[in-house]
Amino acid sequence: MVPSKFAYHKPSTVKEAIALLATHGDDSKILSGGHSLVPVLKLRLNDPEHIIDVSGIDSMGGIRDNEKSITIGANSTHGEIANNAALKEHAPMVALAASMIGDIQVRNFGTIGGSIAHADPAADWPAVLLAADANVVLSHAGGQREVDIDQFFKGLFMTAMGEEEIITAIRIPKTAFNKNSTYVKFPQPASRFALVGCAAAISNSDGYITEARVAFSGVSATPFRDSNVEKSLKGSVLNEGSIATATASVADGVSIMSDHFAAEKYRKHMAGVYARKALSALA
Amino acid sequence: MKVPVSITVNGKQYDKMVEPRMLLVYFIREELALTGTHIGCDTSSCGSCTIHLDGKALKSCTMLAVQANGKSVTTIEGMANGEELHPLQEGFHMEHGLQCGFCTPGMIMCAADILKNNPTPTEEEIRHGLEGNFCRCTGYHNIVKSIQYAAKKMA
Ligand SMILES: Cc1cc2nc3c(=O)[nH]c(=O)nc-3n(C[C@H](O)[C@H](O)[C@H](O)COP(=O)(O)OP(=O)(O)OC[C@H]3O[C@@H](n4cnc5c(N)ncnc54)[C@H](O)[C@@H]3O)c2cc1C
Ligand code: FES
Ligand code: FES
Repeated sequence: MVPSKFAYHKPSTVKEAIALLATHGDDSKILSGGHSLVPVLKLRLNDPEHIIDVSGIDSMGGIRDNEKSITIGANSTHGEIANNAALKEHAPMVALAASMIGDIQVRNFGTIGGSIAHADPAADWPAVLLAADANVVLSHAGGQREVDIDQFFKGLFMTAMGEEEIITAIRIPKTAFNKNSTYVKFPQPASRFALVGCAAAISNSDGYITEARVAFSGVSATPFRDSNVEKSLKGSVLNEGSIATATASVADGVSIMSDHFAAEKYRKHMAGVYARKALSALA
Repeated sequence: MKVPVSITVNGKQYDKMVEPRMLLVYFIREELALTGTHIGCDTSSCGSCTIHLDGKALKSCTMLAVQANGKSVTTIEGMANGEELHPLQEGFHMEHGLQCGFCTPGMIMCAADILKNNPTPTEEEIRHGLEGNFCRCTGYHNIVKSIQYAAKKMA
């Protein structure tokens, strides 16, 4: 349980951190809360020569309640997010998912930026951020860019983040569907990671669904929104019948993970069960 | 190359040179010889290494000592007030909350975080709060009772 040797850097600005990334390139790794990276280092699944600890960068912390969005600093811990009043009000699924991650100890120190950079397909954040239509703010030497969350997750532990980029924030838009949203999870009993995590966000007008967003973690190597479910719901009234119709074939056409915790067929079935749970909670 | 760290543990400041790869749990156990903090797994699962960093429960096997530089640590050795046991320690004693005792320091440090944020937890909230702490022998029943004992005493 001893990591390989590395040099430790603790920049105090994003600019310094990016300069360190540029200098050390492939041999370096960003460290935020360490709750994915330290376990990886301990098992020597990775042995970077340079660790760049971004936890001391003030501009990457804090949750800001803006007029049209809520900006979550990349270094915000799951615990801070779970207890944030603005998120509870404008995007309850975000606070709810945060409160279900791991255990107290993990929520005290693990961060949202670290989680999405790591891009574990069984992590809780992907489903929620996809349903929320979030944006990821990335900083690089030339400035910053915002990536639509739909374009961010690229597969097992893969993202659209460039090698010399750092996630500085995640933006959650204040929309009607985010205000009416929830997250449910079928946790792997030991690790608490999601065997199925389903985030659902729905807006209504005169009782009819104007926008439905239903996304999954844990089911496929790339977290996804289920457009069949969403299309089926749109224009209907959210009730037992419309939910049953929409969730009759959840995750159709998606490549589904299979492992010793849950075989493909079981996972697909449970994705349907958890989609019904999430949607029923909003009905 | 070793780097300097300054970490306050149970109220006392320690200035040491450590390798950046040293885990905080080894700093506590091997540099400071505070062996009440245990190591029960290598996957960050068991919680027996739980301490407080700046007042928050942390699995000290999942953090580098350098990450704790400038911060304040409390371990199980820092819980009692002289000869007087912390109510959680007393609770585990009174309610038979341990058999071998291996998980106990971690259980107590996690329970202290639960009670700090929720002084009157329900049984379910206690069980939920202990998700990251495993006990191989007593079972959780008496551990829950021990924490309820402490909650009552601290009220
Ligand atoms: C016991 C245990 C249980 C867990 N259970 C769950 C669970 O139920 N659900 C869940 O979703 N997660 C779970 N996790 C994972 C946890 O949420 C991690 O905290 C999170 O995945 C990583 O955040 P971090 O800040 O700790 O990242 P770190 O470990 O510091 O970094 C993770 C990766 O992201 C990179 N990185 C970090 N920050 C940035 C940044 N700002 N920009 C670019 N790259 C960056 C690092 O280089 C590294 O590759 C669990 C972890 C543990 C130890
Ligand atoms: S030793 Fe830290 S969680 Fe098991
Ligand atoms: S008392 Fe033995 S492991 Fe808990």
